Amino acid sequence: MSGQDHHHDHDHPHDDHHEHAHDHDHENHYSDMQARVRALETLLTEKGLVDPAAIDAIVETYETKVGPRNGARVVATAWSDPDFADWLKRDATAAISSLGYTGRQGEHMRAVFNTEETHNLVVCTLCSCYPWSVLGLPPVWYKAPAYRSRAVIDPRGVLSEFGLDLPEETKIRVWDSTAELRYLVVPVRPQGTKGWTVEQLADLVTRDSMIGTGLARQPEVLR
Amino acid sequence: MSQCETSSPLVQSPGLPSTENGEPVFAEPWQAQAFGLTVHLFERGLFSWSEWAGHLSHQVHRPERAADGSDYFEAWVAALTHLLVEKGIADEASVFALQQSWQRAAEATPHGRPIELSNDPMAKPRQAGNCL
Repeated sequence: MSGQDHHHDHDHPHDDHHEHAHDHDHENHYSDMQARVRALETLLTEKGLVDPAAIDAIVETYETKVGPRNGARVVATAWSDPDFADWLKRDATAAISSLGYTGRQGEHMRAVFNTEETHNLVVCTLCSCYPWSVLGLPPVWYKAPAYRSRAVIDPRGVLSEFGLDLPEETKIRVWDSTAELRYLVVPVRPQGTKGWTVEQLADLVTRDSMIGTGLARQPEVLR
Repeated sequence: MSQCETSSPLVQSPGLPSTENGEPVFAEPWQAQAFGLTVHLFERGLFSWSEWAGHLSHQVHRPERAADGSDYFEAWVAALTHLLVEKGIADEASVFALQQSWQRAAEATPHGRPIELSNDPMAKPRQAGNCL
């Protein structure tokens, strides 16, 4: 997201639907390794030896290249195989794990499908829960307070800052992630991709298109 | 952070799981975090390449390691911890105490809230962390 301080008129609140799913009863838990890495980072930060923001930037450099390929494969499979798409709609956790991508125990996935009428956008307003088993680590902007609050208040304005201007009549649904329920956006399959293989299609699926801050790439980009 | 534009030498770490393009692969976020932390410390000159490679190699080749390499990043974190202890930057007891503190904080944090170290019921006041 661009960091500009840009106040958008709140003239679309009625189209925009906000879903909450924060009422699960679940305890937070850190594994030994998660806690140990946290501990090292805390200790080194307190000694002034590391800058957590710099670590985030390094992680993002490496992770954005690799992580989202899993999600892209899920989306491309759903585009190619209607049975898989149905399964993904009904039980995303099982459908995704059938491709070999599993998250931590107790973490459930839900796939939300974009259509011509509805665009889906994922956020975690309270922290930065993210479907890392399919998308890798969250981009820095996903964790930023500006995105977390504005994605709910003014999703159209946020999308426009990402360069995505949706038609007025397109409804935007914002999905708020939790530690145990995470969302994957299935973008609309681009026109002109009939007969493409899953591998070819996966190249059209960007990370942002699976968060909802972008669309799938058009086939021309691969020609 | 111009170093972020190019690959860190740590990508060449012995045994690091990577794609055919040489990009590291992480099975869980903490692994990426551990990698990022190590790259950052290396960039800041806290240790040399040969010091790192030596410690990592030693940990990776310990007899108790899984034959399939599934605990590679456990070895990575052990190597980093030993290196920090050797440099006098950390000691095992305080790292372990902090680790337990983070675990208590996680358990004590109501669902949906960021996990912060200050949520540890036994914690001394410290600066806050973020949730992942």
